Amino acid sequence: MSFFVETLVGGLLAGVMYSLVAIGFVLIYKASGVFNFAQGAMVLCAALTFVTLTENGLSFWLAFLVSLAIMIMIGIAVERLVLRPLVNQPQITLFMATLGLSFVIEGLSQIIMGASVHELDLGILDVPVEFGPIQLSQFDLVAAATAGLLVAVLSLLFSKTRIGISLRAIADDPQAALSVGIRLQVLMRIVWGVAGFVALVAGLLWGARQGVQFSLTFVVLKALPVLIIGGFTSIAGAIVGGLIVGAGDSLAEIYLGPLLGGSVSTWFAYVLAVVFLLARPAGLFGERAIERV
Amino acid sequence: MSSSAVSEAPAEFAASSATFLHAKPLAAIFTGALIVAFFGLVPLLGNDYWLGAILIPFLIMSLAGLGLNITMGYAGQASLGTGAFMAVGAYATYNVLLRLPELPLPVSLLAGGLIAGLVGVIVGLPSLRIKGFYLVATTLAAQFFLEWMFNQYGWFSNYSTSTSISAPRLVLFGQDLNTPVGRYLLTLTTVSVVALVAWKLVRSQTGRSWMAIRDMDTAAAIVGIPVAQGKLSAFFIGALICGLAGALWAFAYLGTVDARSFNLDRSFQVMFIVIIGGLGSLIGNVLGAAFITLLPILIDHVADRLFGGAIDAGQLENFQKVLFGALIIWFLIKEPHGLAALLGRLLRRLQAIASR
Repeated sequence: MSFFVETLVGGLLAGVMYSLVAIGFVLIYKASGVFNFAQGAMVLCAALTFVTLTENGLSFWLAFLVSLAIMIMIGIAVERLVLRPLVNQPQITLFMATLGLSFVIEGLSQIIMGASVHELDLGILDVPVEFGPIQLSQFDLVAAATAGLLVAVLSLLFSKTRIGISLRAIADDPQAALSVGIRLQVLMRIVWGVAGFVALVAGLLWGARQGVQFSLTFVVLKALPVLIIGGFTSIAGAIVGGLIVGAGDSLAEIYLGPLLGGSVSTWFAYVLAVVFLLARPAGLFGERAIERV
Repeated sequence: MSSSAVSEAPAEFAASSATFLHAKPLAAIFTGALIVAFFGLVPLLGNDYWLGAILIPFLIMSLAGLGLNITMGYAGQASLGTGAFMAVGAYATYNVLLRLPELPLPVSLLAGGLIAGLVGVIVGLPSLRIKGFYLVATTLAAQFFLEWMFNQYGWFSNYSTSTSISAPRLVLFGQDLNTPVGRYLLTLTTVSVVALVAWKLVRSQTGRSWMAIRDMDTAAAIVGIPVAQGKLSAFFIGALICGLAGALWAFAYLGTVDARSFNLDRSFQVMFIVIIGGLGSLIGNVLGAAFITLLPILIDHVADRLFGGAIDAGQLENFQKVLFGALIIWFLIKEPHGLAALLGRLLRRLQAIASR
């Protein structure tokens, strides 16, 4: 029994790491309807920048601030060079553009900062912590706490500040939002900047976990089922989805994997997501579109 | 004011039908010239490298693009399961060739395609309830699951010890097709036949109902179009064509059946072909496939000529990646309706010059 609980809780904590990446998607999708596939490339770029800076002798916070500034500049450039010329295009075209963007960001980051694997030490010891009969990784706990804090801050930003209210107005009806004087382009830059910040946090935690290397971009594929289950437009959904995917994944790996004779983690989360979708076609917390003929 | 609007409409209609009549002999001559060139001249003039490494993959990818364009461009059901459908086609054809060797090659290919089509229907079932990006994500489930399945269970690859299995010999009417020219002609014939059938199909009632569903499925349902049947038939035909493309990819191009060559990157590549070529355009698939398969080769050659040896291979690859990504973005911005729209504009301009 304690083994089951340990697997479950370990999975839940791993799921929070997926949520971190998923939140970056939600921010941009909610504000602009763009499904930003380049989020994975942004995670890689942020982590690579940070590692390169610290390896050249910058302190943690200085490196963090410089990386953040670079991520925000990338966000502004993307808004100006890619999204603004593509305004009013179908969603699938925008999605394809972000795919092209991910090639550009991945390629450029590796040209400038190299493609070798970097170690990233955040000073968090990965030692087991005992809670009664079960053991949990300290690193996972810190990561989960960070993600929780991030979600709390973002929720406050969205519900209490002027920026958040404007963002919700744009998500609801861009035309109406523009007509009451909300500055769409400024807000888009803010959203891409915040997504860059989220990518940096995710990049640091994932980078510390598995090394800063190209495979960081694959976290996107882990974040997708999280998004589907939670709904593309809900930050809370991204967290709940992450917990479900994390728990489902690790339980399936232990209990279902041996039955099928192999690792099931490449596809299990997706099949789980389809099952959820069949019950709730817009995710658990997504907004259902009302169609008029 | 209203009378001018009324009188304008027929004039516009007459003008458009006139260009249409005008375009028909031109298009027929153009098509005829293409057939002669591709079937007659290319095998005579092309060397093995051109046939094997450039033309065959280009033709097969345009076929895969055609398959996805049916599902996505005509019926509006976006899918990232293309790689999986291609894998099903390849493995199914392999097993039919292996287990029923008495069947002639075209029948085995078609059987592989039909099996891929049936898998497509199963993958398409969620489309009855789910729309947009959520649907794209469900097709990813198929992509990852099928890729895993073919690697996991040895039955599909006849318990071969290596992950890639060599394809059986291609023989048709006693003729060995295992030469570059033979494989090229097999590919070209398949692509031409499928394109012709698809061309008829999208102009049939089935094609019209696909387009109605694409434009708005709720409205299509209200006017009595069987939406469920339309979506599933689009998945069936699309996956069937992708399955044929996958079988050709394995047998006519690579010579091995390998699930890794049908991964998610392949699905993305085919989706690029459809978007860059033009959604809902048959000629667009050919143009898009040319862009996606030939451009990297071109960039490769140019970069090699310019920097050959000066910078290391990894950096060169990164440069190519950046250039390719930037070109895709630039292209989407310049021509969001795809190369087919660009070609249409060009032809109209030529016609305007000719009729002057």
